[in-house]
Amino acid sequence: MAARSRCSHPFPGADIAIHVHLVDQPFNPGALLGPFTNAHPGYGGLASFIGAVRADDDVRALELLHYEKMTRPGMEARAEEAAHRFELLGLLVMHRHGVMEPGEPIVMVAACAQHRRGAIAAVDYCMDHLKSDSWFWKRELRGDGWHWIEPREQDHSDLARWSK
Amino acid sequence: MAVKLVFLGKLADLAGAPERDVAGPLDWDGLLAALGPQLAAQVQGEKVKLALDGALVADKAALAAPDGSEIALLPPVSGG
Repeated sequence: MAARSRCSHPFPGADIAIHVHLVDQPFNPGALLGPFTNAHPGYGGLASFIGAVRADDDVRALELLHYEKMTRPGMEARAEEAAHRFELLGLLVMHRHGVMEPGEPIVMVAACAQHRRGAIAAVDYCMDHLKSDSWFWKRELRGDGWHWIEPREQDHSDLARWSK
Repeated sequence: MAVKLVFLGKLADLAGAPERDVAGPLDWDGLLAALGPQLAAQVQGEKVKLALDGALVADKAALAAPDGSEIALLPPVSGG
């Protein structure tokens, strides 16, 4: 696959496998989930989320732009934070950038932990931060051209849930 | 040498290109002059953040971008 991707190294002293990928080609969530599951024998709970381009309104395509110097490092730092906070055994974050069509997956987060709550909460946490605290800019192609998507108030309240 | 300006999101539309090289080094006043009135107004607003070589600039007015560096203009993010 021509997509550029990179695995961040598990940090020293911790037995947590963290994988963060930022790619410009379509990916198959099902094909990722199997190996991720198999890589963590003995886990107690695994949760995953897949976000795709909605087929609604008049949207013909979605473009996600990123900034190479900041987007990936920010995602990696956030993933490490989530892995610690929720005591994960493993975390997989796969994110597209570029132009996508309705039905194509944009993002996938999978977390596995000893217990279900950590796994579920970690996925929720990662998604809230990817949506409103990561360096991505989004625009939609509709019948009358490209439209930039502005931040929503809901994104900020979603994020505030996680402040201690 | 030059300083590379990177325009993210809709600022690229305003700038007419995603990147632009300007003469360096560059401080805050130099950046505003290099940007022109429309982009300068944007970057003076609270919502647009600046990054120098990938690190957020806490105090925009204290910007000091050496030759060969890269300044990114970051409008509010709009979700993954």
